[in-house]
Amino acid sequence: MAVNPFQHADSASSVSGPPSGGDYLADSIFRIIALSCAALIVVLILYILWEIGGLAFPAMAQHGLSFVSGTTWNVGTQEFGVLPEIWGTLYSSFLALILGGTFGVAIAIFLTQDFIHARLAAVFRTIVELLAAIPSVVYGLWGIYVVIPMLRPVAEWLHSELGFIPIFGTELSGPGMAPAALVLAIMILPTVAAITVDAFRRIPYKVKEAAYGMGTTRWEAILKVMLPTASSGILAALVLGFGRALGETMALAMLIGNSNQINLSLFAPANTLASLLASSFPEAGQIEVQALMYAAVVLLLITLIVNIVGLGIQQYTVRKFEGKA
Amino acid sequence: MSDIDLTSRPQESQRLSLERRPFELRALTSGLLTGMTWGIAILGSIPLFSVIIMLVAEGGARLDIEALTALPPAGFEMGGGFANAIIGTLVMVAIAAAISIPIGLLAAIYLAILDPHSPLAGTSRFVAKTLTGFPSILAGVFTYAVLVINFGYSAVAGGVALAVLMLPTVVLAAEESMKQVPQKMTDAAYGMGCTRSQVIWKVVLPTGLPGILTGIMLAVAGAAGESAPLLFTALFSNYFMSELMEPTASLSILIYNFSAMPFDNQIELAWAASLVLVLIVLVFNILARLIGQSKV
Repeated sequence: MAVNPFQHADSASSVSGPPSGGDYLADSIFRIIALSCAALIVVLILYILWEIGGLAFPAMAQHGLSFVSGTTWNVGTQEFGVLPEIWGTLYSSFLALILGGTFGVAIAIFLTQDFIHARLAAVFRTIVELLAAIPSVVYGLWGIYVVIPMLRPVAEWLHSELGFIPIFGTELSGPGMAPAALVLAIMILPTVAAITVDAFRRIPYKVKEAAYGMGTTRWEAILKVMLPTASSGILAALVLGFGRALGETMALAMLIGNSNQINLSLFAPANTLASLLASSFPEAGQIEVQALMYAAVVLLLITLIVNIVGLGIQQYTVRKFEGKA
Repeated sequence: MSDIDLTSRPQESQRLSLERRPFELRALTSGLLTGMTWGIAILGSIPLFSVIIMLVAEGGARLDIEALTALPPAGFEMGGGFANAIIGTLVMVAIAAAISIPIGLLAAIYLAILDPHSPLAGTSRFVAKTLTGFPSILAGVFTYAVLVINFGYSAVAGGVALAVLMLPTVVLAAEESMKQVPQKMTDAAYGMGCTRSQVIWKVVLPTGLPGILTGIMLAVAGAAGESAPLLFTALFSNYFMSELMEPTASLSILIYNFSAMPFDNQIELAWAASLVLVLIVLVFNILARLIGQSKV
């Protein structure tokens, strides 16, 4: 009798053999591990909410809603109110959104509507993405030594000529709302541009061809066809950019001046929730830490709401163009 | 969408004929807007060049062996460097990577392959997306509440805070690139009698690897540049780290601390440290790009 040619097929480790019981066991263990890692992400955000909420609880119980409407932050008298910080957060983010949003959407149009050769567009996109890669703290340093000195003569002129308008109502003494918002705008520009580019890319090419076929100029096609079609995607980009701006910390902590006041003026120092946390936390005692945690809860709620709205709009856009995902 | 009405106004339709005249209003408007867009695009890239020029001019002037090997100077001292901050940054990013990459990859495998349409997958995908827009300072506050209160400021706490920030980037990028693996390849592997884990380890992961690595590199680059969460978790130290459970220096916190000091020496060092930090971040970004180019 010759050697059985199928002999090796009996061993379970062979390639052609059916999976052994051990393989199935490994498979289900692997599945359980992967499942728990996916679940961990959900647990993580609940845990974050729970922990921050837990630390903030004493301050919440003590100050209640007066914390949100109060305007003084005095550790000595234990008076804590974050209305100026909420104002500063929203105002700086809003200014950054106007500037960064305009530039971001314009750059997205520039990149997607055949203004330059595709290869050049790729280079330019890399430049915009590199803007996002530069660390916040480096922008802060750059803001202090480049933006503020550059802005000062402009601010002086605006204040002396147009000082009767509230937004130019004070002089720029150094750090303030304008340099902070300017740097913030640069920081959210890549976010807005990237999501807007995606929104334009989703529009089928036929739509633009049809518009050109009707004899439109390039800008008639963009303004009357492309922008309305991409509008929900652009809205998502703006909302998510706004969310980014709300949470930005270091650059603002270095540039906004950390002053506890509500002022419409672009040149007055102000403060934001995130920079209040960054600048007060390292030296805070226990009671102030609790108040700061309360401020963190306020920031968390604002950014969560804004981000969820933005993501909702984005998902709606994807579905509109690609059917149910 | 167009408000060009061809039926009711014959003269109007005459004017909007297909023939294009170079000086009619709409052509001029189009040209003007095109010029403005070019202007905005060029203006938008000025900050990047300004930052880079300043970093090279101010930081490059001070970047020498002493800056890379010495400890930070105190108050009026001259000289000094930020060697401990470079080490601290690298150690904390390594800790963050060691935590977030395995968890992120496994979660991505679940989201992309094992059960993409389950409610859990939908929820954790949404949560991961929400976390990408999560203010980084809150990751620091969270880690402070969990770890620092009990164990004090440490490199480990800093690493955990950075891991929270890296996790969503890793998950979403890995999921995306695993989804790009052609269905035919996995079908073929199943057809050969592979078990699910064999398909994942031998087909899906190797094929999706470039995309996964790109995501990891971008997450690492982002973590290296983070500063806000480290204020609450790693604090700072003027000395070399000797163990993982003590306050640790990082480049970003050094820049933050030194930028506000009234001494020229410290400000020069802040610029040099910024140059080093940006170089670290850019190296990872460029790696991400190079790996990403060799896609499936």
